[in-house]
Amino acid sequence: MELLKINNLKTYFNITAGTVRAVDDVSLTLNYGESLGLVGESGCGKTTTALSITQLLPAEGKIVSGEILLEGKNIANLNDTDIKKVRWKEVSMIFQGAMNALNPVMKIGDQIAEAIILHDKLSYKDAIKRVEELFQLVELEPKRISNYPHEFSGGMKQRAMIAMALACNPKLVIGDEPTTALDVMVQAQILNLLDKLRKDLNMGLILITHDLSILGETCDKIAIMYAGKIVETGYVEDIYNNNMHPYTYKLLSSFPNIHKERVMPDAIKGIPPDLINPPAACRFHPRCPYAEDICSKEEPKMEQANEGHYYACHFGGVFNEK
Amino acid sequence: MSTIKKEMRKRKIDSFIKSYKTNKMGLIGGAILAFFIITSIFGPLIFPFNPMEFGQASNVLQPPSASHILGTDDLGRDVFRNLLAGGRVSLMVGILATIISMLLGTTIGLMSGFLGKKTDMILMRITDFFLVLPWLPLVLVLAAILGTSIWNIILVIGLTSWAGTARVVRSQTLSLKERPFIERVRAIGADDKTIIIRHILPNVFPLVFANTILVSAVAILSETTLSFLGLGDTTRASWGMMLHYAFQSGAASSGAYWYFLPPGICVVLVVLSFTFLGYAFDEILNPKLRRR
Amino acid sequence: MKKQYVLKKVLQSLVTIFFVIVFNYFLFRIMPGNPLSMIMRNPRASAEAIERTKELFGLGQPWYMQFFIYLGNLFEGDLGLSFIHKRPVIEVVWSRIMPTIIMVGLAQILSIVVGILMGVISAWKRGTKVDVIALSFSLITYSVPTFWLGIILIAIFSIGLRLFPTSGMLTPGRTFYNTLSMIRDYASHLFLPVLTLSLVLIGEYALTMRNTLLDVLTEDYMTTAKAKGFDDNYIIKKHAIPNAMLPMITLIAINMGLIIGGTIQVETIFSWPGLGRLMYEALNGRDYPLLQGIFLLITISVILANLIADITYSYLDPRVKS
Repeated sequence: MELLKINNLKTYFNITAGTVRAVDDVSLTLNYGESLGLVGESGCGKTTTALSITQLLPAEGKIVSGEILLEGKNIANLNDTDIKKVRWKEVSMIFQGAMNALNPVMKIGDQIAEAIILHDKLSYKDAIKRVEELFQLVELEPKRISNYPHEFSGGMKQRAMIAMALACNPKLVIGDEPTTALDVMVQAQILNLLDKLRKDLNMGLILITHDLSILGETCDKIAIMYAGKIVETGYVEDIYNNNMHPYTYKLLSSFPNIHKERVMPDAIKGIPPDLINPPAACRFHPRCPYAEDICSKEEPKMEQANEGHYYACHFGGVFNEK
Repeated sequence: MSTIKKEMRKRKIDSFIKSYKTNKMGLIGGAILAFFIITSIFGPLIFPFNPMEFGQASNVLQPPSASHILGTDDLGRDVFRNLLAGGRVSLMVGILATIISMLLGTTIGLMSGFLGKKTDMILMRITDFFLVLPWLPLVLVLAAILGTSIWNIILVIGLTSWAGTARVVRSQTLSLKERPFIERVRAIGADDKTIIIRHILPNVFPLVFANTILVSAVAILSETTLSFLGLGDTTRASWGMMLHYAFQSGAASSGAYWYFLPPGICVVLVVLSFTFLGYAFDEILNPKLRRR
Repeated sequence: MKKQYVLKKVLQSLVTIFFVIVFNYFLFRIMPGNPLSMIMRNPRASAEAIERTKELFGLGQPWYMQFFIYLGNLFEGDLGLSFIHKRPVIEVVWSRIMPTIIMVGLAQILSIVVGILMGVISAWKRGTKVDVIALSFSLITYSVPTFWLGIILIAIFSIGLRLFPTSGMLTPGRTFYNTLSMIRDYASHLFLPVLTLSLVLIGEYALTMRNTLLDVLTEDYMTTAKAKGFDDNYIIKKHAIPNAMLPMITLIAINMGLIIGGTIQVETIFSWPGLGRLMYEALNGRDYPLLQGIFLLITISVILANLIADITYSYLDPRVKS
């Protein structure tokens, strides 16, 4: 059985300007101890997908259809009381910009302890002891549990967020751009830490980012999202060496390669799509250099290229011929 | 001004007007205020009020009737005409006092924020000082010393309400000062005066505008309160003065509601309209407060 | 570190108080219409008062000497002699201070409790009928001149419904058989003034609390708290309100200064024998020593109230350091 299986998830937002189809038929699979990188540009729906899992959407957002199977059980339609039991205990999150994700007037240790007290029913004393252990796990000094967030550096805050996410021994941890605000050195440390913890604790890890470069070392699988849909997904080697969707190809080739010759990378022309009135059929077609007539008339279905490797394009791999 | 700047300014104004049209609070506030401004300008022309025109003793404190739609006051005068004339005075005082307050506050705020260091320190000490002084006692004392002519009242209200604006403008100026575009403008040789007037002021303006609206509300309330307490200009018929005489003549205890209700209601409506407008502008200019 | 901050604030307050003393002094001397000469010419002033004034203010000596004499007097608690009451200013003020403290104190407590509750409910149920009603209430009470509100309440409750007396602190000429009946009489006189003052304050507190809370509710740490699986009640109580209270405390302090304005109006309308009405009487009677003395005392109280608020705030917000 898979740890997490998302089937045809649709999450829409109802705002005054219209209905935003933020997540429009997304399917994902994650096994125990596996790590999945969820990649895409800002606004493509990756955070919304993550928030949908434990129903953390704002008031305007709703899961319109689809299933979210956690260990085989659909949690997408759980009522308020039941989903609260799943939150943090089964599925926890590491939010982006730990800057504001921590309550500024509450001690860091207490913020972690409260989750432990709620779900594991420990006493405050025991919970604090556990927090100290967690701090050691993420390489923070245990005595700093009585500090306030503003007394921590960016990297330290992120480690604290990780410690917090692990507090109740969840089966799945979702990191929403956990290293975006950090400098490169610290970023590498944090990613290594996450990877190590995942393997040691056999947790499922979903890493959301817009930065492809960090995924190669830390993820088993990658899913690439565009305009609310998954355009390609597969194991890391396949995505890097054998990608089939033009968007994936463009994303990967937008990084200058140290080893190859010095060429200006092509930008992806055009502007990010409007999710209230998305482009017809293939949502990427207005910006795709390989688009043909059919791309604006018929939505491409998911095709399989390899074991676990799927893509949605009428002309998969077309760039290889050019 | 270059054509690009003109175009951008036009776009900003257009987008502002568009947002305003959909803002219910702003529209209601604007409508009420427009109503009062129009009636204040034209009302006394159509229904002039002569404070010297006393009625006969039998006509004192009469309830509304055909000849006097809002009844008569304690001197037999027509309340309705008094109300119209009062509107002029109250609004005039409010607006003029606001102008003084805003000019003072904006200038001090700009100078303080932009010039920094010693100037900032001195100006801020003065501003904080004025912020800490309890307003009504200060105004009472000033009015007692300076006298109660209408111009003194305007001056006093203006001189005691600029501090809040100064603080707000200073913050905004401080954050604008750090922006890269100021550095660039300096690099091409602009002097302080040009930078303040051409670059900082336009960016501070929306904030100042929203603030002005709220200060106006306070200014009108202030004049009303001052006049009521007997510190108003007795030769002018503001709404506050009407309430002063109403209270003095015991209108509340004798149930002469037509005397003490209308002026108060007018004040409330005008202040509300300013408040609504201020709220609306704040919402339009501050995206965080908007609804999704 | 905290101690340093507190010390700094205390010193600042003392400096401000000094400036207020200087300002107050010169206001009554240098301004056009030179009040001091008016004191000397004031027909109400008895010969004794004139002599005393001459002596006290050291008239005939250079201006800086006069100021030092004034300062000296101040330190001994001598604020001069009231014309109207023919007693030391400080005595007169002391005899009228309790009614004000009681009325203002009750009004503040009532408004803070009700105002905060209203603000919290308003923010939590943003956009619903409850919010609209609360908002309208706040906006209207903000726009109403305090004295006019008092008049209306008198007209309705005192004269119309005959529920409460129109003025004074106790029914004149009435003898009380026991303390309870005296308290009851006192309370019935207190009711309308406190209500008038409170209504104006409640609106302001509710509005500020609502806005602050709305701001807080958009912060990232609110999502974190929700993601941990807590109930809405818990989140508001433990995460939102502690953060929202910080600006509220500043507001409550600032209000100390503004309440004076409302108090003067309320005491005038209801003939409540407190400091506010005393100031009004001094104003009408051109009793300059009394006016000057009250102004000074009120301003110093406001500065002290602000100081206490600053210090309290620094203890509540961990981000405030030395």
